[in-house]
Amino acid sequence: MELRRTMLFIPGNNPGMLQNGGVFGADSVILDVEDAVAPGEKDAARLLVSYALRNVDYGCSETVVRINTLDTFGKEDIRAIVPCQPDLLLVPKVETAADIKEVVSLVATAEKPGQKKVNLIALLETPRGIAEAFSIAQADERVVALALGAEDYTAALGANRTKQGTEIFTARTMIINAAAAAGVQSIDTPYTDANDEQGLLEDSQTAKHLGFKGKLAINPRQIDVIHEVFNPTMHEIEWAERVIEAIRIAESEGAGVASLNGKMVDAPVVNRAERILYLAKLLGLVKEAEV
Amino acid sequence: MKNIINREIPEFVEGYGKVIPFAGAFTTLPDMQRQAPKVKTIKPHQSKLVASLERVFKDIPVQNGMTLSFHHHFRNGDGVVNMVLETAAKLGIKDLKIALSSIFPVHAPLVEHIKNGVVTALDTNYMSGPVAQAVSLGILAKPVVLRTHGGRARAIECGQLKIDVAFIAAPAADEYGNINGVQGTAACGSLGYAFPDAQYAEHVVAITDCIFEYPLAPVSIPQTRVDYVVKVDSVGDPKGIVSGTTRITKDPVGLKIADTAARVIQAAGLIKDGFSFQTGAGGASLATAHFVRQMMEQQDVTGSFALGGITGYMVEMLEKGLFKKLMDVQGFDLEAVQSIGLNPNHLEIGADYYASPFNSGCTVNMLDTVILGATEIDTNFNVNVVTGSDGVIMGGSGGHADAAAGAQVTIVVANLLRGRLPIIVDQVLTVTTPGETIDVLVTERGVAVNPRRDDLKAQLKAAGLPVKEISDLKALAEQISGAPEALTTGNNIVAVVEYRDGTIIDVVRQVEA
Amino acid sequence: MGTILTTAQAGTLESSDIMITVAPAAEGSGIVIELESIVMAQYGKAIRQTLAEVLMEQGIKNAYLKAVDRGALDCTIRARALAALGRAGAVSKGEML
Repeated sequence: MELRRTMLFIPGNNPGMLQNGGVFGADSVILDVEDAVAPGEKDAARLLVSYALRNVDYGCSETVVRINTLDTFGKEDIRAIVPCQPDLLLVPKVETAADIKEVVSLVATAEKPGQKKVNLIALLETPRGIAEAFSIAQADERVVALALGAEDYTAALGANRTKQGTEIFTARTMIINAAAAAGVQSIDTPYTDANDEQGLLEDSQTAKHLGFKGKLAINPRQIDVIHEVFNPTMHEIEWAERVIEAIRIAESEGAGVASLNGKMVDAPVVNRAERILYLAKLLGLVKEAEV
Repeated sequence: MKNIINREIPEFVEGYGKVIPFAGAFTTLPDMQRQAPKVKTIKPHQSKLVASLERVFKDIPVQNGMTLSFHHHFRNGDGVVNMVLETAAKLGIKDLKIALSSIFPVHAPLVEHIKNGVVTALDTNYMSGPVAQAVSLGILAKPVVLRTHGGRARAIECGQLKIDVAFIAAPAADEYGNINGVQGTAACGSLGYAFPDAQYAEHVVAITDCIFEYPLAPVSIPQTRVDYVVKVDSVGDPKGIVSGTTRITKDPVGLKIADTAARVIQAAGLIKDGFSFQTGAGGASLATAHFVRQMMEQQDVTGSFALGGITGYMVEMLEKGLFKKLMDVQGFDLEAVQSIGLNPNHLEIGADYYASPFNSGCTVNMLDTVILGATEIDTNFNVNVVTGSDGVIMGGSGGHADAAAGAQVTIVVANLLRGRLPIIVDQVLTVTTPGETIDVLVTERGVAVNPRRDDLKAQLKAAGLPVKEISDLKALAEQISGAPEALTTGNNIVAVVEYRDGTIIDVVRQVEA
Repeated sequence: MGTILTTAQAGTLESSDIMITVAPAAEGSGIVIELESIVMAQYGKAIRQTLAEVLMEQGIKNAYLKAVDRGALDCTIRARALAALGRAGAVSKGEML
């Protein structure tokens, strides 16, 4: 399971940003040749991103490219970018499983023999895409996550975008549920006011509370705040350790069922505890021996 | 010969004299009396007001070969230097030495005065713009003496920079020569860099465009040291003197560096009551103040003082009670200018009090930490802030070497790559500040600690900071950019770089046109 | 073999970028590279070499190329040169990478 607390957008036609994208410590960097690039610059950005993927060290950050939709420049993007071996493509405006299947077939064709398999994240940013979330998540094994793009989505609904985000509550929970059902991750929409740290904090807390595994980011300044929210808290870690300990005791005593504070510890609880400890270990929040 | 940091310098520099080589930041000791200008008197009811600059030139009289001094508090809005030199040119005076604490683009007419022989020597702490370019191309026969802010104060006090006439641009003055920088249309705040000039020059002339009723209050430079007062139409352009508000950078790499620098300060155990701090007004330096402030607020820490060039950001920290005092040698923006006039905890200090190494104590010695920039830094932590990547002079120490020497923890913040250029080199082109006074380099791709500070290195590592060897950071940069070719310069020495104690730490050689 | 059909430009004057203009040149006139750079002393030779390599790799024998460099990395220089050549009709889209 990859850590994707933050996925940071980097404009694809900006060499300065592309060369420094790896220094901010985001779990993923998304080199964007879609919305961040004007139509007349798509050719140049595609080349720049291709060369960046092959030459720039993004350190611990996973590399993702947001391509254009297939009816615009997406096919050319896939042909040029897939052989440069990004970890993932972020596919915009996905509406149906068929959209994913078409991308998958283009990606498979573009892959060089022996290269690392390029996986996909589906960006759902239309009412149709949200409605089809589960079948999109299941469309192909290359799909590793669903992400929400709330700006286009609310525009399509005719809803006002608010800081509280009540208008995207349904979309959020549908994506989280579909992703969980399909066994993939769910990534929340970016918080678009880069100057509002408090708003970002609250929005990230909501996202984590609902079940998202991470959040898109549009500015490097957002990374620390989002990480802090999505990192397991000491309280969560202690709880998870107690759950695992209860299991261990139950097993050693030959009891069929473990319980903690009088409540039964069943499989989903164990899964959650294990994920928290896995993240905590990955982030160095607990020592190896404690896990 | 080579000085102690292995820089090749001549034993004698034509137009400068015998060279005392840099021998270590605290090795060379003073052995002289303080400068004593001639004692003055003035009769009751005698006026100091003089009708024109020309009149003052004749009354003094200003003669060929004299040294005229100026402060740089008006920065790129200064009108006084050009005005005085125009007068000198008009009167046919030649061979002047201009001791102007910093030279800006607005001082471009100096180039013409040099060509015409009106000016034949420069003595300054920082220079940028057309004059710096002309100097780099060898316009002056005598090398420019580049000093530190503290070093200039020392040179004046110790009689090594003898000033015949100090022309002090004054935002506000009364007819009897009391001066301050907080009133008048050209208010610039602190006048600290002019304090040594007023104390030790043979003649002191206040030039102002706002005469206030006697007695002026507050008084920065007192009537007891001012011989003449000249009223002119305008001393400068307020827009070039102070910026509106100095803002925190939005550059994400600069912010990342600043955030890391603040963590270094925290890891060094300095964020505690009584904390003292200096930082510059630019890019990552000021942004570091922002992150330090967040830490102070979260940990409920009250600092002692912030020092140096003061910005609105530091004023805000004073007003919120995060620091008890500001010690201000120079104000950078309107907020700083307003605050120093109103807030009794915002103190005006002179260049000597701020940073001179040869007195009984300057304030940089009391600093816990200072955040400084760098154009280049070498693997021995020597820093260049004088010459750019093309070898042309584009700055100078200012207070860089002074604060570095004084602070307990000196931190240089810099992009590992500026565009394509790696910041770390084997040998900087020009040494301004010796590596022995630099403790930590913070870049966006890691932190390097001076091997002299193993204590600090252990603290930073324990705090989880990305500590690397400086040579590894250099290799990392070159892996990204490719190894740069070394710049070649000519042999002609266009400037000597004087360390704060008066020894020569390096020289600047001419670049090709 | 590539031929520059029309004058074309790619890149910007932003920091870390390079603006490259290519223009057709008569048969036999060879490669002319005009370079302006903020890091001329340190990387001038390397930049010229990279530009010449890109032209050679595309089989271009005659070209006028002007580059205004703001400290671009080698990979950026290559990407911008190819983009300019693509726009000038000297490289078919499939062959750009």
